[in-house]
Amino acid sequence: MNQFLTFVQKEFYHVFRDKKSLLMLFGVPIAQILLFGFALTNEIKNSSIAIFDFSNDEISRQLVQKISESSYFEVTNLTISTNTPELDIEQVFKKQAAKIALVIPRNFGHELMHQNKAQVQVIADASDPNTANTLVLYASNSIMDFQKERTGISRFPYQITTEMRMLYNPELKGATNFVPGVMALVLSLICVLMTSVSIVREKENGTMEILLVSPFNPLMVVISKAVPYFFLSLVNLTMILILSVYLLDMPMNGSIFLLYFESTLLILTALSMGLLISNVTASQQLAMMISLMGMLLPTLLFSGFMFPLENMPEALQVFANIVPAKWYYIIVKNIMIKGLGITAIWKETLILIGMTSFFTFLSIKKFNVRLT
Amino acid sequence: MSVLPFLLRKEFKQIFRDHNMLRMIIVIPIFQLVILPLAADYEIKNISLAIVDSDHSDYSRKLVEKITASGYFIIPVAEESYTQAFEYIENDIADLLLEIPANFEKNLVKEQNESLFLALNAINGVKANVGGSYLGQIIADLNQEIRQELIAETRLSPIPQIEIMTMNRFNPNMNYNFFMVPGILVFLVTMVGTYMTSLNIVKEKEVGTIEQINVTPVKKMEFILGKLLPFWVIGIVVFSIGLFLIARLVYGVVPVGNIGILYAYLFIYLIVVLGIGLLISTYSHTQQQAMSLAFFFVMIFLLMSGLFTSIDAMPAWAKVIAYLNPVTYFIEVMRLVVMKGSGFADLKWHFGIISIFALVINAWAIMNYRKTS
Repeated sequence: MNQFLTFVQKEFYHVFRDKKSLLMLFGVPIAQILLFGFALTNEIKNSSIAIFDFSNDEISRQLVQKISESSYFEVTNLTISTNTPELDIEQVFKKQAAKIALVIPRNFGHELMHQNKAQVQVIADASDPNTANTLVLYASNSIMDFQKERTGISRFPYQITTEMRMLYNPELKGATNFVPGVMALVLSLICVLMTSVSIVREKENGTMEILLVSPFNPLMVVISKAVPYFFLSLVNLTMILILSVYLLDMPMNGSIFLLYFESTLLILTALSMGLLISNVTASQQLAMMISLMGMLLPTLLFSGFMFPLENMPEALQVFANIVPAKWYYIIVKNIMIKGLGITAIWKETLILIGMTSFFTFLSIKKFNVRLT
Repeated sequence: MSVLPFLLRKEFKQIFRDHNMLRMIIVIPIFQLVILPLAADYEIKNISLAIVDSDHSDYSRKLVEKITASGYFIIPVAEESYTQAFEYIENDIADLLLEIPANFEKNLVKEQNESLFLALNAINGVKANVGGSYLGQIIADLNQEIRQELIAETRLSPIPQIEIMTMNRFNPNMNYNFFMVPGILVFLVTMVGTYMTSLNIVKEKEVGTIEQINVTPVKKMEFILGKLLPFWVIGIVVFSIGLFLIARLVYGVVPVGNIGILYAYLFIYLIVVLGIGLLISTYSHTQQQAMSLAFFFVMIFLLMSGLFTSIDAMPAWAKVIAYLNPVTYFIEVMRLVVMKGSGFADLKWHFGIISIFALVINAWAIMNYRKTS
C-alpha cells in the first residue's frame, strides 16, 4: 500500500510539473464555461438588416424606425431612393453585409391610408436556413406590432390572448443546456485522453519497461497513473460547478451528493477506457487519435448539448445509446435543473453502472504485463 | 544544391510508412465530414406539443386542426387532463403545452376576449422561443379569421392591413447541409493541419532525433520548409477529398462560385494553419504539451468561428476574438463562394486579412524556432 502511495505521488509530480498540460486540465473547462456562458448563444439577435425604403413617407419612416429599435435587428444598409432594388439586394447579400432585407415599395403609405392595404417584401438570405426562418418570423412580428400600434386600437375586438409560462428556465439562459455538456466533455477529456497518452508516453520513452520489471504489481503501476486524473477530474468538476452556479446563476436544485456519485461513475468509465486504449497502442499520436475518435467526438456529438439529438437520423440516435455521456447528460440535467431525485433517474443510473462495470472488467482483463 | 528535396523525401517517407497515422489523417476527417452535418442539424423542427382541449367547441377544434396542419409540431396523443399533459413536459415527451380552457368559444364571442394558456419547457431556450413564436402566429391567424367572420356579420369597418411577402434567396429549399458542410470542411482542414504539424515536430524533439538534424548543416528555413510542405500538400488532399467526394457525392453540395477562388484562399489559409502548428511546437517539449496547446486553441478557434453559433449575437469583446480568428474568415469565404457565388471583388478584404495572418504568424514562429535548445 505504501508503495502504491509513493507511485501515486510520483504521478502527481509528473502532472503538476508540466505547466502546459495543466492548460489542458484547467484552461479548457474554464475557457469553455466562459465562452459558452458569455460569448456563444444560439439566440438570434443584432442581425444585420438592409432596408430599402422606396416610399419615403411618414408611415414608411415610422416602420423603419420601429425595425431599427428592435434588439433583433441592426440596420446596416438604409437605402432611400426610387431606383429598382433587385441588383442592390444581390450585392448586399454577396458581401455578407446583411442577412435579411426589407423592401418598402413606392406609395406604401398612400396605399395603406387610402386602400387600407399595402405590401412590404421581406427577403432573407437563406444560406443559413435556420437564421432565415427565425428572422422572417421576427420581422413579421415587428411589422404586425407596428400595425397594431399605428391603428391606435389598444384592444382589438374578439382578441385571443396567450398566457405564457417558461418552465425551468424562465430567463432562457443557455447555461442550463451547456453546463452539463461541458461537464461530460471535460471528464472524458481528462480521463480518456490524458490518461492514455501519459501511459503510452512511458512506453514510447522506454521507461515503462523499467516500471514493469520492478517488483511492484504491474496493474498497480497503471492504476497509480490513473489516480491523479481521478482526483483532478473531481477538482475540475467542483470548479465547473462553482463557476456555473456563482458566475452563470445556474440552478443547483437537486442533491449534490447524488451528482458526485453519478459523476464518479462516468469518471470510472472514462478511466477504464483510457487504460484500454493505452493497452492497445504504442505511440502517443495514435493513442490521442483513438481517444478523440472513441470518446471525445461521440461525447461532443451525442450527449445532446451541442447538437440536438432528436434531429439526427434514426441510426445515429440508436448509436447514441451506447455513449455513456448521453446518459450522464440526462442525469445531470434532471438533478441540477429539475431537482429530481434518484427515483426519476434510476434507469439512467443503472445503464451507467452497467457501462462502468463492463469497461472496468474489460480493461483489467485486457491488461498486458509484457510490452510486445 | 539545396538539401530541401532530400528533406522532403524523408518526411514523405516517414508519413507514408506509418500506416496507422496515415489512416487517421485521411479516415478521421472523412468520417467527421460524413457524420457531423447529420448531427449538426440546428433546424428547429419536431417540436412536440401537448394540447389539452377542455372546450370541444368549433373554434377549439379549428385551432387544433390549424396547429396540426402547420407541420411545425408533433402532437402526442391529445390529453384530457392538464396534470396528465404536464407529466409529458416533466418527462421530456412534450416541449410545449397548450391549454384551451372550457367555454373558450363562448367567452370569446360574448366578452370579446379570452385567454389560452401556454407552458414551455425552456431548458432549451431556443426551441421554446421558436415554438412559442410559431404557435403565436397560428393563433394570431385564427384570431384574424374569427374576427373577420364575426365583424363581417356586424359590418364594422375593416382594419388596415400590411401584407408581408417573404422570399428566400440562395437556398430556396432550405437545405441545412448546404450551410454546414462547407464550414465543417474548413474546420477539419484546420484540425489536421495544426495537430499534425505540431505533433510531428515535437515528436522529433521528444524522441531526440531533432538533435541529429540540428548538428547537420541543414539551415533553419530548410528544416521548417521540409516539415511544413508535406502537410501543406496533405491539407490540400484532405480538402479536395472533402469537397469533391463527400460534399458533392454525399450531400450534393456543388459550389455556385469559382472553385479556383476557393483553392487560392486555401493555399494561403493552410500557410496560416501550419504556421500555428509550428508556433505551438516551438513552445512545447513533449507531445502531450503540444497536444494540450493545440487542443486548447483549436477548441477556441472552433467555438469562436461562427461555425455553429452566429457571430452577430456575440457581445462586443467576443466579436473581437471572433475577428482575430483565421477560421472565421475561411468559413465565411467558403459559405459565400459555395452558396452565393461571390467573386474575388467581394472577397478582397478576406484575402487581405488572411495574408496578414500568414505573414505575422509565420514570422513569429520562425523567430521563435531555435536550432539549439
